[in-house]
Amino acid sequence: MRDYIIRRLLMLIPILIGVSIAIFVIMQLIPGDVVSGILGIEETPELRAMWEAKLGLDKPLVEQYFSWIGKAVTGDFGESFRTGEAVFPEIMKRFKISAELALLACVIAWIIALPLGILSSLKRNSVIDRIVRVVALLGVSVPNFASATLLILFFSKAFNYYSPVKYVGLFENFGTNMEIMILPAFILGSIMAGSVMRMTRSSMLEVLRQDYIKAVRAKGAPERVTIFRHAFKNSSIPIVTLIGMQIGGLMGGTVVIEQIFSIPGLGQYTLTGISQRDFPVVQGCVLFIAFVYVIVNLLVDILYTYIDPRISYS
Amino acid sequence: MENLLEIRNLKITTLRGKQSVRLLDKVDLNIAKKRSFGIVGESGCGKSITANAILGLLPYPLRVAEGSIRYDSKAGERELLQLSKKELREVRGQEISMIFQEPMTSLDPIFTVEMQMYEALSFHHPGLARGEMRDRALEMLRRVNIPRPEQTLTSYPHQLSGGQLQRIMIAIALINDPRLLLADEPTTALDVTIQAQILRLMNDLKEQNDTSIIMITHDLGVIAETCEEVAVFYAGQVVEQANVVELFGQTAHPYTLGLLRAVTSLGGESRKLYTIPGIVPPGGQWAQGCRFADRCEKCMEKCRQAMPALTEVVPGHLCRCFLHSEEVEQ
Repeated sequence: MRDYIIRRLLMLIPILIGVSIAIFVIMQLIPGDVVSGILGIEETPELRAMWEAKLGLDKPLVEQYFSWIGKAVTGDFGESFRTGEAVFPEIMKRFKISAELALLACVIAWIIALPLGILSSLKRNSVIDRIVRVVALLGVSVPNFASATLLILFFSKAFNYYSPVKYVGLFENFGTNMEIMILPAFILGSIMAGSVMRMTRSSMLEVLRQDYIKAVRAKGAPERVTIFRHAFKNSSIPIVTLIGMQIGGLMGGTVVIEQIFSIPGLGQYTLTGISQRDFPVVQGCVLFIAFVYVIVNLLVDILYTYIDPRISYS
Repeated sequence: MENLLEIRNLKITTLRGKQSVRLLDKVDLNIAKKRSFGIVGESGCGKSITANAILGLLPYPLRVAEGSIRYDSKAGERELLQLSKKELREVRGQEISMIFQEPMTSLDPIFTVEMQMYEALSFHHPGLARGEMRDRALEMLRRVNIPRPEQTLTSYPHQLSGGQLQRIMIAIALINDPRLLLADEPTTALDVTIQAQILRLMNDLKEQNDTSIIMITHDLGVIAETCEEVAVFYAGQVVEQANVVELFGQTAHPYTLGLLRAVTSLGGESRKLYTIPGIVPPGGQWAQGCRFADRCEKCMEKCRQAMPALTEVVPGHLCRCFLHSEEVEQ
């Protein structure tokens, strides 16, 4: 098991190098550069040359890449071209916000999806099952920017309620922080809930058909034990896989929601970085997101071994 | 009650689309105490669902439409079909146990054998200490001839063979000393040498514990090996019922005769394997008259017009055929 974890962590290295090269190339390909963004209409050839020299953009591309990666392996992700601020501390600061949003969204999704998915599988083809399935389909198919905008409109028109505009940290003021986070978390959570609900239902239906469920009932098991200890635990592998992918996806996938609710998270930072051609910011953010994604997947794979004794990596 | 279990007029239906389709038709069975009762028939004849109905384990959309299953429990006579869910759970695994066709899939793959054996105990004796449960589980594993019981206890099902798993299933089924064991094709998925061992084991345990067994199988060899009384099912009905010597010696129904002729024998002159022509008609698509008529070598004109009744040929030997009685099913 330990060897497996070490192997997986070593695999991070080629993944991150690949991602960094891809991002570097793409950033070169998109038209416009950071200097014209900084100078705007005041651009002159002299000013441009000066800025390019200052940011190191006058050097050959290969050299640019290696000087960046040379510093990156020591943990120095450089400074933003635009603000001059160090990128890494900014990423960490914003990651905390994005992680809180993602976690909150997950909790909301699970609270909705798991009980309803189980209920739906137990009451197959009943009215409840049909309602759950339609709601799940809505959750999956309505785009989040649409439901987010509609929800903001609904709260402001119907209750004259506006969530605070300026972000407040979780530990500064819990109440205000929740006021800011709960709506976007709910939007993100409801989308996740749709697919988790569908996965829970189909996985449960599959397991409930198995002989060992009938055998457990034949032993005289209370229904609660049959459903939770045996059926749900056996059906949780595909659910855990799905949830793992969703958490990984949430790291970069909150861009739109962060933008709509003006939450200063990682997604927003990345988006700003891209629109300003701020290479160190984009590179740092994307690498960090890729890193988190791989780690979450590793955790999911480790979790499998705790659920199912048939899975082992040694 | 004289018998351990009395099934009367049992009808089981399923849903095909919105239509109710009958799968089991007016079945009467008496299971005597401390006896082995065999139910034999082809796939789809209703033998398994009869066993499932006894424990209330029919999968949706199957249900008991009519009938009664009376059981002489430790606490007095009970109508199994009228029990509440809680009362039914008390019967399951304690008074009446069941083992299944596929030992490989009958144990939960993600729990140890230990935990699944303790479960069977704790559902019915919640106060039991872990040490007591362990002693009882080890004792049961020894009784079903599991080598290295301590080690087996901590194994997961995928680490054990089919024969071992079926022994464990039997150990679990008998852990609370039930009075009746429902064995639904317990040896079908096992290879022949293991089959013989499992059957011998079940016979021994039955003698030791005074447990009655309902043995459901499509294999007349298994019946001959283990049972005292036999019912032959065909298309959701009992077509012949007798004690095992009578049934094999004085076979009355053409279907049973066909089954016996289809049994392969080792040795003897080589001959073409006998098969009964045609297939079992599916539930609900039974023609008027005798359900075996289309496949019967001795089919007569009236077989297609009326259904023969299950009548006594000689005392204790029932048969549903116009060759032996003129009586028509009402």
